[in-house]
Amino acid sequence: MARVLVGVKRVIDYAVKIRVKPDKSGVVTDGIKHSMNPFDEIAIEEAVRMKEKKLASEIIAVTCGPTQAQETLRTALAMGADRGIHVEISGPEYDTLQPIHVSKILAKLAQNEKADIVIVGKQAIDDDCNQTAQMTAGILDWPAGTFCSKIEHGQGELTVTREVDGGLEVVKIKTPAVLSADLRLNEPRYATLPNIMKAKKKPVQKITTKELDIDTTSRIEVISVEDPPVRQAGSILPDVDSLVVKLKEGGHI
Amino acid sequence: MFANISKSVISHAKFGSISRLESTLVIAEHNNDSVSTITQVALTAAKKIGGEITVLIAGPKCGPAAEALTKANGISKVLIAESDAFNGLTPESLTPLILATQKQFNFSHILAGASAFGKALLPRVAAKLDVSPVSDVIGINSSDTFVRTIYAGNAIQTIKAKDNVKVVSIRGTSFEPAPLDGGNATKENAPAGDYKSKQIEFIKQELSKSDRPELTSAKVVVSGGRGLKSGENFKLLYTLADKFNAAVGASRAAVDAGYVPNDLQVGQTGKIVAPELYIAVGISGAIQHLAGMKDSKTIVAINKDPEAPIFQVADYGLVADLFKAVPELTEKL
Repeated sequence: MARVLVGVKRVIDYAVKIRVKPDKSGVVTDGIKHSMNPFDEIAIEEAVRMKEKKLASEIIAVTCGPTQAQETLRTALAMGADRGIHVEISGPEYDTLQPIHVSKILAKLAQNEKADIVIVGKQAIDDDCNQTAQMTAGILDWPAGTFCSKIEHGQGELTVTREVDGGLEVVKIKTPAVLSADLRLNEPRYATLPNIMKAKKKPVQKITTKELDIDTTSRIEVISVEDPPVRQAGSILPDVDSLVVKLKEGGHI
Repeated sequence: MFANISKSVISHAKFGSISRLESTLVIAEHNNDSVSTITQVALTAAKKIGGEITVLIAGPKCGPAAEALTKANGISKVLIAESDAFNGLTPESLTPLILATQKQFNFSHILAGASAFGKALLPRVAAKLDVSPVSDVIGINSSDTFVRTIYAGNAIQTIKAKDNVKVVSIRGTSFEPAPLDGGNATKENAPAGDYKSKQIEFIKQELSKSDRPELTSAKVVVSGGRGLKSGENFKLLYTLADKFNAAVGASRAAVDAGYVPNDLQVGQTGKIVAPELYIAVGISGAIQHLAGMKDSKTIVAINKDPEAPIFQVADYGLVADLFKAVPELTEKL
């Protein structure tokens, strides 16, 4: 049975309309509702289903971030992860933390914990990078099943259906492997109150990047973060005929 | 004093020739037959960086696509790696090839389009080079300064990449595709090696067949959402799309409900489109959907809910029942 490591990230809730800081250094995060990155919920759900089908022996949820990231870890535990690892990173170090750093952390932990499968979401909805799974696989020299919409388990291998541009693609990969969850992989469960209570008792280990011997030197300098250009207000048309007129004026027909 | 002068001359020369020191490798995406449009877009981005451009094309069969690339203006070299090892263009087989190519030529930039292919491949390459990749770039300010969107397109981030090799994926709608003519690049074999990966086996692709233009490069896109109520009703949109020779897209709600396949999804996690005309039918306009289409030149929204957020970005809105408005519009075109 496989040991599964799942990476989860605390991000600004997907429904929040974000605001750019006046000094253009980033977006406002203080006092803003945060939750688990939606793709990571799918990743956790998939791991829990593996355990329910007796394909996984243990699920370890990992998060990298400030103290508040522990809430995200607790959510993962309430959904069914067995234990958590909180890699504490805060302040300026967290501000410039990138997928390359997280991948190195996940790769190191995957080795330390003797994981067979690492699952993360296909992208975080804050930085929209879509890099961590691919980089973790690269560092470990493991194959990657990216943008998974279906994962079937075989002997020492996984058959993965991937969402690609023109449709779907099926690949067979050897384990150990890294997977990234796409939207249609599954429907994540809600954490029930009893499970939230139980999750409080599950072990969470705190560790630093220094203890893991991971260099988090920044690889980028954020020059500015700005609002996107605002679209000019449009008009509401009274009927289909006026729409046809406008489309003609615009040269579309 | 003499030493001082020569020092300043050297530093000046260095500064003046900085663009000549750049050399870019573009990884071509193709279907064994033709080069994908997003590769042509990546070529335009490569030209913005300056310096020499080399294209690497790998696959079981590269002939016609490689031939087409040699004719692209501004490319100096096309490196060809034709082998069954690259069946399915898996990152596991391509990465060692790219690393061998990088070792031989020492590029300052490695680029590909930010498609499913580029997104799966480049970060693995970057990890192997121990550099931090830059995803889905919409602007290039200089050889190390890139513009990209974050938070579903609700903020624009300008970053300076400090790594010595820049591994960058390019958003397909942010640059014009470079025409495949006017050039005369040389063809060369890419560094040889045993690239077949034992870790991954490509089984099959199930691509949605369509006579319509490709969603990401279509001039007109007609998209449907939950308001369509069924897959059957999407026919209304196909008929309308025929009038424009348009591609058909969808919101996540329509995909999740099974009305259309997932590869039609427009949005933060689906495709990014920026057509001349985008017609959103029965789509409320969630942040995640807007991320995929708000750079369209003209946006038309047809929705019966006057409060729908889509009307805030639409140039022309029609508050109407789509089941009446769409057939009427189709008929009048």
